Amino acid sequence: MPPTVTIRGARGDTETARRIKIRIEGLSVWYGSLPAIKDVTVDFGANRVTALIGPSGCGKSTFLRALNRMNEVLPGVRTAGRVLLDGRDIYGPGMDPVEIRAKVGMVFQRPNPFPFSIFDNVAYGPRRHGVTSRSELYAIVERSLHEAALWEEVADRLRSPALNLSGGQQQRLCIARALAVEPEVLLMDEPASALDPVATGRVEDLIAELARNYTIIIVTHNMQQAARVSETTGFFLHGELIEYGPTDQMFTRPKDPRTEAYITGRFG
Amino acid sequence: MRSTLSLRPGPRPRRRATEGRQAELVLAGLASCSLLALGLIFVFLVKEALPLFKSYPFEDFVRGLEWQPTSTNVRFGLVPLLAGTFLVTLGAAVIAVPLSLGVALFVSEVAPKRIRELLKPGLELLAAIPSVVYGFFGMVVLARWLQGVFGLTSGLNAFNGSILLAVMALPTMVTLSEDALRAVPESYRNASLAMGASRWETMIHVTLPSARAGVAAAVILGLGRVIGETMTVLMVTGNAAQISFSFFDSVRTMTATIAAEMAECAWGTPHYHALFAVGAALFLITFVFNAVADILLRRGARG
Ligand SMILES: Nc1ncnc2c1ncn2[C@@H]1O[C@H](COP(=O)(O)OP(=O)(O)OP(=O)(O)O)[C@@H](O)[C@H]1O
Ligand SMILES: [Mg+2]
Repeated sequence: MPPTVTIRGARGDTETARRIKIRIEGLSVWYGSLPAIKDVTVDFGANRVTALIGPSGCGKSTFLRALNRMNEVLPGVRTAGRVLLDGRDIYGPGMDPVEIRAKVGMVFQRPNPFPFSIFDNVAYGPRRHGVTSRSELYAIVERSLHEAALWEEVADRLRSPALNLSGGQQQRLCIARALAVEPEVLLMDEPASALDPVATGRVEDLIAELARNYTIIIVTHNMQQAARVSETTGFFLHGELIEYGPTDQMFTRPKDPRTEAYITGRFG
Repeated sequence: MRSTLSLRPGPRPRRRATEGRQAELVLAGLASCSLLALGLIFVFLVKEALPLFKSYPFEDFVRGLEWQPTSTNVRFGLVPLLAGTFLVTLGAAVIAVPLSLGVALFVSEVAPKRIRELLKPGLELLAAIPSVVYGFFGMVVLARWLQGVFGLTSGLNAFNGSILLAVMALPTMVTLSEDALRAVPESYRNASLAMGASRWETMIHVTLPSARAGVAAAVILGLGRVIGETMTVLMVTGNAAQISFSFFDSVRTMTATIAAEMAECAWGTPHYHALFAVGAALFLITFVFNAVADILLRRGARG
């Protein structure tokens, strides 16, 4: 049995038992000798949206990349501690980063579709994981684009280049592309920061929708966004997790004076 | 990580814009000069070639299967020379394309920085070796080796030329395709890796296809060099003007033909004009190669 945790619901509803999807124990990350994440311990509940906030350079992206071992792509990065995905340490012996990344998907700050067609972008992940049948691929592409709320806009031009889409469409395409791999967790690093307000609104609605089926961890600079989309929020400062709790509480009655200072805009 | 603020470009100073325009005008001037030179060369080639067709039918030149410029019954058939060029080029392509793609991928995607810093200048050194040195090496070393290994009567054949030309094409192909591969944004690779693709899959299915236009241009430009190469093939391919489909036969390319025969044919003879016609044909082929490469490079730059 996976461990369970009791958290007061963000909307003040009764206590609900939530399954823990990711448990992090004493996670530290260094770039060379520079510590970027310092001994973070935290649990992320399944099927909820967790927002990570904090000033620039505090280590939010580094933390996020530690959750799907994407830090290993960079040279000179060292990681310590445990990241338990459904109870299994993804840094444990014999764990393959390639397999982990298929389970823990990622959406980047700037939309980064491949210079291929819309179809080939979404089909990329499934193809790498062995899906070859055209009809099966088509079904996955259609489902993923539906999930990413992009289907209506692109259904009649799946073969046209993805780079012809608008920025907001490109970002939803990237979300569809990540979903096509059928991950359990979706990491989003400021997914709306390169988008205009309308496109941002669409992506936010989408995130709320996706939380039904996925565990979502989203980094954002925008506190209104954190308040709109997340149930739980974590505040990072200089590589440390200063405060972690229900979003509404964090924004109305922060426990730590540093959180309060950040939220009220006194630094960062 | 870039912050959102830094993405907004500031207003551009006025002066910079006018300087930019002047620079553009100068470059456009230079470019049109070289275009003019190119056009003049072609006009000259055609002008010198045309008199041939007063005494020798154009059709027989283009489709003729024999090149016998000095026999009593002269034949100026382009086909054997085209076949020689084609065979040698094909062989060079088969050797050089996979090799240089492999090297370019290795250098841009796998090799640590230090190896890259050794490999690239090394390759550029290959480009600095004069072609007569390649030819000499081919005659003295490679020919003997081929003779021994394949039990041939002569090691001077198309295969010999293909090997040497492949080596000569490597610097162009590797350098340009490596540039194209390195121009692929890191964000594409990250997206692929983050979906659980391996580094190898990322290389083959994302990086290479993203750089396809630039890589294709690199290959074509490399082959353009191969087609135009003269001294080396003149020295190592045996120079029999015959139509052959075996790499172990002696062949003669268009370039070698011009170089070998130009000195000994009299000015104004049909032979003389025929050599210019061969030159014009060669010019057209390389021109098409370069134009295609240019279009591909432009498409690559657009993304
Ligand atoms: N590839 C890298 N090599 C060395 N140091 C890095 C690297 N990436 C980040 N850092 C450093 O690690 C620290 C945390 O960076 P990180 O990108 O995780 O911050 P962030 O909270 O995501 O910032 P932002 O909000 O600006 O995106 C910073 O001090 C940064 O300079
Ligand atoms: Mg960041």
